[in-house]
Amino acid sequence: MSGSVHARLARLAGTAGSVPITLFGLILVTFLIGRVMPIDPVIAIVGDHAPPDVIARVRAELGLDRPLPVQFGIYLDHLLHGDLGRSVMTTHPVTQDIATYFPATFELATTAIILAILVGVPAGVLAAARQGSRLDHLVRVVTLTGQSIPVFVLGLIFLLTFYVKLGIAPGTGQIDVAYDGLVEPVTRMLVVDAALEGQWDVFWDALAHLALPALVLAYFSLAYITRMTRAFMLDALAGEYIVTARAKGASGARIVWRHAFGNIAVPLVTVIALAYAGLLEGAVLTETVFSWPGLGLYLTVSLLNADMNAVLGATLVVGLIYVVLNLLADLAYRVLDPRTR
Amino acid sequence: MLTRRTLLASTAALGAAGLDLPGARAATPPGVVVMAKQIDDVISFDPAESYEFTDNETDGNCYRKLIVPDAKDPNKIAPDLAERWEVSPDGMTFTFHLTEKAKFGSGKPVTAADAEFTFHRVVQRNKTPAFIITQFGYTKDNVEKLIRATAPNTLVMELPTKQAPSFVLYCLSANVGCIVEKAAALANQQNGDLGNGWLKTHTAGAGPFKLTSWQASDHIIVDANPGTGERAGVKRVVLQHVKDPAEQLLLLQKGGVDIARDLLSDQLKVIAGNPAFHIVEKGQANQLYIAMNQSMPELAKPEVHQAIKWAIDYQAIAKNITPQTWSVQQSFLPRGIPGALTEQPFDQDLGRARTLMGQAGLQNGFSCTMDFISAPPFDQIAQAVQADLSKIGIKVQLLPGEQKQVITKTRARQHQLAMLVWGSDYFDPNSNAQAFCANPDDSDNSKLKILAWRSHFVNKQLTMQVEDAATELDSKKRLDLYKTMQEEFWDVAPFAMMLQRNAVAAMRKNVTGFELGPMPDFTHWADMRKS
Repeated sequence: MSGSVHARLARLAGTAGSVPITLFGLILVTFLIGRVMPIDPVIAIVGDHAPPDVIARVRAELGLDRPLPVQFGIYLDHLLHGDLGRSVMTTHPVTQDIATYFPATFELATTAIILAILVGVPAGVLAAARQGSRLDHLVRVVTLTGQSIPVFVLGLIFLLTFYVKLGIAPGTGQIDVAYDGLVEPVTRMLVVDAALEGQWDVFWDALAHLALPALVLAYFSLAYITRMTRAFMLDALAGEYIVTARAKGASGARIVWRHAFGNIAVPLVTVIALAYAGLLEGAVLTETVFSWPGLGLYLTVSLLNADMNAVLGATLVVGLIYVVLNLLADLAYRVLDPRTR
Repeated sequence: MLTRRTLLASTAALGAAGLDLPGARAATPPGVVVMAKQIDDVISFDPAESYEFTDNETDGNCYRKLIVPDAKDPNKIAPDLAERWEVSPDGMTFTFHLTEKAKFGSGKPVTAADAEFTFHRVVQRNKTPAFIITQFGYTKDNVEKLIRATAPNTLVMELPTKQAPSFVLYCLSANVGCIVEKAAALANQQNGDLGNGWLKTHTAGAGPFKLTSWQASDHIIVDANPGTGERAGVKRVVLQHVKDPAEQLLLLQKGGVDIARDLLSDQLKVIAGNPAFHIVEKGQANQLYIAMNQSMPELAKPEVHQAIKWAIDYQAIAKNITPQTWSVQQSFLPRGIPGALTEQPFDQDLGRARTLMGQAGLQNGFSCTMDFISAPPFDQIAQAVQADLSKIGIKVQLLPGEQKQVITKTRARQHQLAMLVWGSDYFDPNSNAQAFCANPDDSDNSKLKILAWRSHFVNKQLTMQVEDAATELDSKKRLDLYKTMQEEFWDVAPFAMMLQRNAVAAMRKNVTGFELGPMPDFTHWADMRKS
């Protein structure tokens, strides 16, 4: 095996090795925050009126009467066996809850990132190709606005405009109550499941409910992707190889899309991966505003109910996705860019 | 390849996505009533465990009990599954005769064996609401001997200790007294849990509805339960979790829901007089009060208790902040509970309050903190109280917190002032009398850590009176004891009782028959109709 292959494997192992360390840190910090929160998790289970003997029994059942390091050790032991504990709020195992709620988040975030890529990338490219033009100014204003407005404010503005004032979009939630439970949850993404079953009424209703939160999240990511694309393109268009291409008589479109855009594809992958990961973070607020039954809403409600197993589990999943997407972006960067090999 | 043309096309498609979306239609389905309600309090639907507002309300419509308070006169007990009952002269034995007509959703008849099983499992599982039954002296060891089905439709309950009959009967009418189908629970039990795990998310009752689906903090769906023979005016009721009252109003106005359950005064003003909506309201056994922790020397002075009670402008708060939703009630018993006094002895009298501060040696005032639940209308009420108390020299620093955070702090007795809400556990005066007055042991090892204990309020006379009233066999004498307690409480207790909740449900005009109850499990959905 050649030395360069060894070096690449070593780099890959180093990158992958940082994942468990990052996740361990995440679990530790979240666990500690959960334990020092000024809310007694036992109250969340038994309520305010429970007698002292019931409270003491439940505290012991949860292991909360043991020293903190012991509690953490038990949690880690269970975690290594794939057991994230049971949610107080839903009464289900947290793993089951995550399997239930995550697909809705995935559906929302994926729709949003696709919209953001479809609009953001061409907008950034064209703005850079026509630097200083009206189009460029427009793109900059739109993207600056998108990056400046908090996502929950944007969500409320969208609801006010399209649902309350214009009445052309459905309100909050994932589906109209009339269609609730009509589709067998296969992927648990309602739009997909409805299409798979050929239930087109449900499909259109689910799609309509998806539109506003997806647009809000898409705008949030679009701003970032557009600005980064524009910046990469400006840098690429100033390259000497572009001057050479022009001298060789290549057309404007060919120079922009083939030569310049082709060269920014590598860093753009990282940007998109980070934007996609960021959507999971943004989804917490968006899901709360739109009552979207995804992992973000699950996390928020669990936190307010001091349901620490659920909070830890959901945080771990979000963190894991963030780390994995970062890792994939890193790997893609190395695969696509020969200079990093 | 992406070109300017594809960019324009995709932008146009985005714009089109907002046009005439099919889900934009605003109407709930026929035969289905959709309620917007905050339902994230649900912990379990098992009557032996359920103890929060929403799960109790759901249970109340999916199960039946032996007896219930009379809907027309809650001071009387009315039959439900038990068509009649007898109490022995010494008050120690209760015999219930169950109707032969009642059936569970499975179609099986409700028998005394089901009732026996219900109370046995409450005591044996010993979950939060079990104390409502175990406070009579039942234990895991004696319950099977003392509560038994002596015939297919006869249940005999022998009390381990003497109790007031009305006290016992009202406790049996609490949610914990919902009769569970024994066969269904045992068929689904795991590891000897008597069906607890299954009943957390299912119902097995003889009520007009059955639980079909529950997703935490999202929805509860109940469907008519035809096997019971109980009639339901609609085929399905959906409780949709909507936390924000303003959003509830919006959904009601747009037709996204039929009933909004948590509107505040400001939202109710918006629809007042609008013929498209109507309102149902009912005083509920929930009270807002200020607790003064006796571990703080200034707050331990009796004159300061009185000064605070005389400094608050109760009427202004009720009129300006909580019209229609909270009204003034200054007794520790809420209106509607047997024996509750409805007089309002305290009104704002700043001169008197300042004099009392002087008598306490605190004419220059003092500073303290006040914890409260950071949600409307409590934030506005807390500010009003802060302003009122500043007029007699008490500088209050407001400490807003999540409900469970504030409760955690008060349970740990770490508060100074705390403004909180208390709901009665069952429809009997003992519930609140014990909570506010009884503190037989103020140590950390006390077996009774309710409100008096949490604020270090120790009053031997009131504590004894609570015990006496709970065992008084004569109903009239019993109510007289509660009257005396309430009057003494006004003079000595470090609690400023302020307001009582008035539950309000706003609904579209095509929905009728919705009945709010004084307790969550007495709210009835069965008579709802939707035209």
